[in-house]
Amino acid sequence: MQATHTAGHAGEHTHDEHGHHPTGWKRWVTTTNHKDIGSMYLWFSFVMFLVGGAMSLVIRAELFSPGLQYVSPDFYNQMVTLHALIMVFGAIMPAFVGFANWMLPMMIGAPDMAFGRLNNWSFWLLPPAAILLTASLFVPGGAAGTGWTLYPPLSVQMGIGMDMAIFAVHILGMSSIMGSINIVTTILNLRAPGMTLMKMPLFCWTWLVTGFLLIASMPILAGAVTMLLTDRHFGTTFFNAAGGGDPVLFQHIFWFFGHPEVYIIALPAFGVISHVIPAFSRKHLFGYASMVYAIAAIGLISFFVWAHHMYVTGLPLTGQLYFMYATILIAVPTGVKVFNWVTTMWRGSLTFETPMLFALGFLTLFTIGGLTGLVLAMTAVDIQLQDTYYVVAHFHYVMVAGALFSAYAGLYFWLPKWTGHMYNESLGKLHFWLSIIFFNIAFFPQHFLGLAGMPRRIPDYAQQFTDFNVMSTVGAFGFGISQLLVLVVVFQSLKGGAKAESRPWDGAHGFEWTLPSPPPYHTFEDPPVFNPAEAHA
Amino acid sequence: MARNSIRNDYLKQLSASGARQTESTPQEDRGTRGAPSFLGRLGSVGLLATFSRAASAAWELNLQEPVTATAKHVYELHSLLLWIITVIFIGVFAVVTYSLIFHRKSKGYKASDFHDNTTLEIAWTVVPTLILVGLAFPATSALVKMRDTSQPDLTIKATGYQWKWGYEYLTGDAAGIKFMSVMSTPREQIENKAPKGEHYLLEVDRPLVVPVGKKVRVLTTATDVIHSWSVPAFAVKTDAVPGFLRDTWFRAEKEGTYRGQCSELCGKDHAFMPVVVEVVSEEKYAAWVADQKQKLASAADDPNKTWTLDELVARGEAVYTANCAACHQANGQGLPPAFPALDGSKVAKGSKQGHIEMVLNGKPGTAMASFGAQLSDTDIAAVVAYERNAWSNKLGEVIQPAEVKALRGK
Repeated sequence: MQATHTAGHAGEHTHDEHGHHPTGWKRWVTTTNHKDIGSMYLWFSFVMFLVGGAMSLVIRAELFSPGLQYVSPDFYNQMVTLHALIMVFGAIMPAFVGFANWMLPMMIGAPDMAFGRLNNWSFWLLPPAAILLTASLFVPGGAAGTGWTLYPPLSVQMGIGMDMAIFAVHILGMSSIMGSINIVTTILNLRAPGMTLMKMPLFCWTWLVTGFLLIASMPILAGAVTMLLTDRHFGTTFFNAAGGGDPVLFQHIFWFFGHPEVYIIALPAFGVISHVIPAFSRKHLFGYASMVYAIAAIGLISFFVWAHHMYVTGLPLTGQLYFMYATILIAVPTGVKVFNWVTTMWRGSLTFETPMLFALGFLTLFTIGGLTGLVLAMTAVDIQLQDTYYVVAHFHYVMVAGALFSAYAGLYFWLPKWTGHMYNESLGKLHFWLSIIFFNIAFFPQHFLGLAGMPRRIPDYAQQFTDFNVMSTVGAFGFGISQLLVLVVVFQSLKGGAKAESRPWDGAHGFEWTLPSPPPYHTFEDPPVFNPAEAHA
Repeated sequence: MARNSIRNDYLKQLSASGARQTESTPQEDRGTRGAPSFLGRLGSVGLLATFSRAASAAWELNLQEPVTATAKHVYELHSLLLWIITVIFIGVFAVVTYSLIFHRKSKGYKASDFHDNTTLEIAWTVVPTLILVGLAFPATSALVKMRDTSQPDLTIKATGYQWKWGYEYLTGDAAGIKFMSVMSTPREQIENKAPKGEHYLLEVDRPLVVPVGKKVRVLTTATDVIHSWSVPAFAVKTDAVPGFLRDTWFRAEKEGTYRGQCSELCGKDHAFMPVVVEVVSEEKYAAWVADQKQKLASAADDPNKTWTLDELVARGEAVYTANCAACHQANGQGLPPAFPALDGSKVAKGSKQGHIEMVLNGKPGTAMASFGAQLSDTDIAAVVAYERNAWSNKLGEVIQPAEVKALRGK
């Protein structure tokens, strides 16, 4: 037994003898332990979150007033591109893989993930990809300035930074595919005896579906960027009309990956919320079965709606109609999930610790993002709003207030389990309130900017957009700075604080809460006995 | 409705007074108030309340004032959606708020234990489905009307270039008129060295001119990367895809100047290629067409003229400023490495033929576009001569249009 949670924090290696694994840096490079790898994923994702966040502040600083102030339009485009790629692939996705690594084996009573070495490899592919992406800023021509969607022919014009982005995407894709194979296998094969699929915790369900989405969609992205690479260097013309290709083909392929990607991020977030809300409502999750069906339905439909990102590319009318109807359909299972969470709270016995606050923040703001998504689904309206700040506002409500707030809910919820110490509740609450207030100051005005017609991805704008942009920038800086509180909270909890019990939340149930906090390095080497009455907590 | 009609009268006066199109007031450009119908009024007055009425353009809270039937449909559809999502949001979060207030542990509320209710679950699957099916009807009808580009009165091709729009009138009296429309906001304003004008970034040297009340079909395409031709007041936005034609249409119901921007990231100056459409009366349109035709005829160059170096350089400098300076910069230093310097460059100081071919055909896989279709032989001869004689490139070479003509298509 020893401290597994410290991520290179030397002062923590003082508990027990270390047992049978290397120490120092070798431990982290060679580890096959799901807890170690989970911690590395989480730290990596937080570092990337800070890097991507700093880039967003460059964007917002430039947009503080009309005119060009701090950066050139070229560099601005690079910031827009890297901010998105880093946040999506470097911050949000690894954060939820980190949660999966830490929690899935403990939730299902497994000793570890199914494939330990694969797990190590999936993590260690990430740093090279991150280095490729960030280093591309310093090569001649700079990073890709195409937006994260990498549309040709613009991406064919770019310099070597584009090739670095392409290889980074390849590596990230490999990492995701290996990670999801591991997760799917773990969930399907390593559950404790008696834990049937319909009895397993909902977080496992969301990751099971997400795993399949990743396995199905990541190769498609890899194919798209590989075709881009050969168009750039080997004379193919997949996306060039002069050689019989079509630039819009890339968009179809990209979004066939890109839309499931949205749910790859959202589904695990739903999973976390489905644990936090019941725990602090002291009640079972309402409608477990319908939650599972909704997750599966969302996962399935996500493959059939991709061209709603392409309403202005010249789709035929029938195509637009089909994609509009299919997109509207997604609102139904998403609505079911929201209603289930709301009903879970109904006649519960609610308390408002930080995880619950973030879950409520998620519920409120994700619902706003979902509802503006319904507006955008309507093709005629979307044609007005496509490529405006309305879209920027919409997906930040879904991605930041959705995925990020859910990640924070998970972090505060499980931190006592990981570190063995309670976090500082007042700081956590302060973090929540600053986040939600500044988030709304930053992003709510962007709806109005988009309605009034301000295009996205521009470093300079007409003067009638000034006031809301000033607001948005103030909010963004407030939001960015508030996020540093998380570091304080996490370090405090690592160093000490009130001892966490094995089950610090009286409403939380499941195998993970039967283990001591922090859990020993190896857990459930013998499968625990599953009590069906405990299920769905 | 009184407010609207007063406003419309005001606009009519504005239009009637003529000569105001290029210097139209902000109200004329970007509707700040007013809604086209009952639903629209509900949308802006009800939800956006006091703000909306007192709003200056700067605090615009809603879609721009529509000036086409399509844009009105979109405006109404958006207002309807805004109402529905607001009601849903309030409904759901009223329940949440009730729980948050009354079902607290701190108030001693004991959790009850229920976790399934089939009736409820069927209800909240079926009811939203019905609402969505209901919404699909107006959404479909608006879209079908929006996409009907048949039987236009006038067809114009809009071509996206990095970073300007080219317009060509394809049918009617104006057929044959073609010109580039380049942002006219001075660089000093962008670099904050001069106060910004009223239409900062939304003004061009030559706007697209169309007659009021006519169905104008716009074909979009591009030569380099994907652009998007967009005018919010018309609810028009269509990508311009290199190698393909897309189409859209509008029938402007009010004279005035309407402004939009490129809406697909197209490289470094994406923010600087506005779309400006002037909608004028039929008479003014006819006068404009006659004027353009005359200018076109007189501007045609005599292909047999022999040009002197001074003439070429003078003309070439103007061509350079309009077409080349955005990347290669006025001082010829470029923005390396994406946009190389011309001052002292291998191409500009190398063989004449290689230089002309570079301008004619561009360089595939880079941002260097092909200018063969955009510029006349004379313009290319002039700009190449200018580049070979400007800055430190004092080659003293004269290039005649015939030399360019000879290299075309090779």
